[in-house]
Amino acid sequence: MEMTILQVFNGLSVSSILLLIALGLAVTFGLMNVINMAHGELIMIGAYSTYVTQGLFTAYMPKSWFDTYFIAALLVSFLVAAAVGWLLEMVLIRHLYGRPLDSLLATWGVGMMLQQIARFIFGAPNVAVTSPSWLNGGLAITSSIVLPYKRLFIIVLVAVVLTAMYLYIYRTVQGRRMRAVMQNRSMAGCLGISTRRVDGLTFAIGSGIAGIAGCALTLLGPIGPSIGTYYIVDAFMVVVLGGVGKLIGTVAGALGIGVFNTLFETYTSASIGKVLVFACIVAFMQWKPRGLVALRTRSLD
Amino acid sequence: MVLKWLTGNPGSRSKRMMWSVVLLLMCMAPLFTTPFRLGLLTKFLALAILAVGLDLIWGYGGILSLGHGVFFGLGAYAMAMYLKLDASGASLPDFMGWSGVTALPWFWEPFRSFPAALLLGMLLPALLALILGFFTFRNRIVGVYFTILTQALVMIVVTLFVGKQEWTGGTNGLTGYNSILGFNLNAPSTKIGLYFITLAALAGAYILCRRIVNSRVGQVLEASRDGENRVRFLGFDPSRYKTFAFAVSGGLAGLAGMLFVLQVGIISPSMMGIVPSIEMVLWVALGGRGTLIGAIIGAVLLNAAKTGISEAYPEGWLLVLGALFVIVVVLMPKGLTGLWSKVASSLSRRGGTVHAAVREES
Repeated sequence: MEMTILQVFNGLSVSSILLLIALGLAVTFGLMNVINMAHGELIMIGAYSTYVTQGLFTAYMPKSWFDTYFIAALLVSFLVAAAVGWLLEMVLIRHLYGRPLDSLLATWGVGMMLQQIARFIFGAPNVAVTSPSWLNGGLAITSSIVLPYKRLFIIVLVAVVLTAMYLYIYRTVQGRRMRAVMQNRSMAGCLGISTRRVDGLTFAIGSGIAGIAGCALTLLGPIGPSIGTYYIVDAFMVVVLGGVGKLIGTVAGALGIGVFNTLFETYTSASIGKVLVFACIVAFMQWKPRGLVALRTRSLD
Repeated sequence: MVLKWLTGNPGSRSKRMMWSVVLLLMCMAPLFTTPFRLGLLTKFLALAILAVGLDLIWGYGGILSLGHGVFFGLGAYAMAMYLKLDASGASLPDFMGWSGVTALPWFWEPFRSFPAALLLGMLLPALLALILGFFTFRNRIVGVYFTILTQALVMIVVTLFVGKQEWTGGTNGLTGYNSILGFNLNAPSTKIGLYFITLAALAGAYILCRRIVNSRVGQVLEASRDGENRVRFLGFDPSRYKTFAFAVSGGLAGLAGMLFVLQVGIISPSMMGIVPSIEMVLWVALGGRGTLIGAIIGAVLLNAAKTGISEAYPEGWLLVLGALFVIVVVLMPKGLTGLWSKVASSLSRRGGTVHAAVREES
């Protein structure tokens, strides 16, 4: 029983991180049909932003304020990553709309360059971020089940981001424009929506979420230039499994992969577990090639 | 004449002349290079075999695979397993002993014989490609979805190879062998022999792909790249053609891996990971997808550049590679061969009929 609870919790924890990373991907992929392989590097930028914020707090703020740095860091990572994403969209991505494979290659190149630049600035070895003291320790349910606050915090954070995204997409004017562009770009353009602005904004938001993911990852371990690449393929699998177009698909995809990954890994080994998850995904796609939730269209090539 | 028969493509006279000169120059390469440079050239030519296969499915089939590192790796491991067993003689390979394995795993057994290893080195990757292609293409998993799946395949195979250290040598990979069929792999004469074998294999791979492309299979492949549903309406099953091309491509990657191991003397999971796999795609993109010759040019040029740049400035390579991706994709989607035919056609427009042959290429 205790084992099961821990399993479920671990699965949830992995899922929530995957979800946070896949959320930004799903937004850009679904909306603009752009595969952003530099997403992992935006995560890295978020993580390093947290590192820098922490450094600034230790250098310039009174000691007693230190614990609040993480809240500031969340904001800073979002803004920095969003700014970089926005710049990226303006300079490069806008030339690649509707060419998913080309965008994949080009953004991968960008990611590589960003990684190398990070290596120049921060050095190749990993750096550690001290987590705020209020996140140390854990919630003891029984004597043997302790749920670490850090992981609980990440789950809550993901829930907040998810809710915010939901409200943005389904309850605001901007969000409605975004969905309109997603479903039929030319029609939306005809009705007076500036698709260029929507694209830029959406890409920036997707990148900002990657920044938050990076910030969250600093709680789990040291950060390095290649921190993003570690998660990126899994996150893409979430998008593929979940299908493009609806938030709920991404949530289901992340939950599925996170939980099954944890389960398989406990009962077999880490490498066999990955193989099993992959086999399951391919098997599942035999049944639903477009993922769990797909927007229905009548378009044909 | 022979060339005409082999490629099944009439080609113009100047083109055939050019080809003969290139082939002649390649055959004479051992005369005027140092053994070290010759070794490098052999390595590049081996990788070019993979590039030709990759171009077959990407350039003509429109299927972008980021998983060719796996097929390459399977071929390379097949050859390395044979070499390792050959070097260990009657005893177990050394790394197995360190991991506490007492008996040779069953799947190592076939690699005792050279012909079997040679065959498996191409068949295994082709079979894996066939299976993956069958399950994905049949369900119309196309485009990006397929690409991401191949990338996941790379992740998995690499994790598996690293994790099963007692069977695969883990992160260190397989190394520590230096003779094949009694020939010393480091001897200059063997190196020259290897060079010619690799050159012949590359020519064979090129001719095979050229024939496929010029055949009806190739036409259906190209048609389904441009409009899959229309092909389906015409009564063809595109998935069969795609699966076939993907399997051929996988087999060629395996062949490339085998020749690579013979030249380089080591294979490890890091050589079949995500970064090498995506680098392979850049060879084709830079050379020019959809022109088989472009794939060869791209593979040789980029690997030469990599060697040069990493020698002078190790960290710079990744930066250059990243920049190249952006430049090639945004500014020259047709690669170098596209650029070349553009230049040639603008020249011929100005000066009459300079290079009609080059335009024919594209």
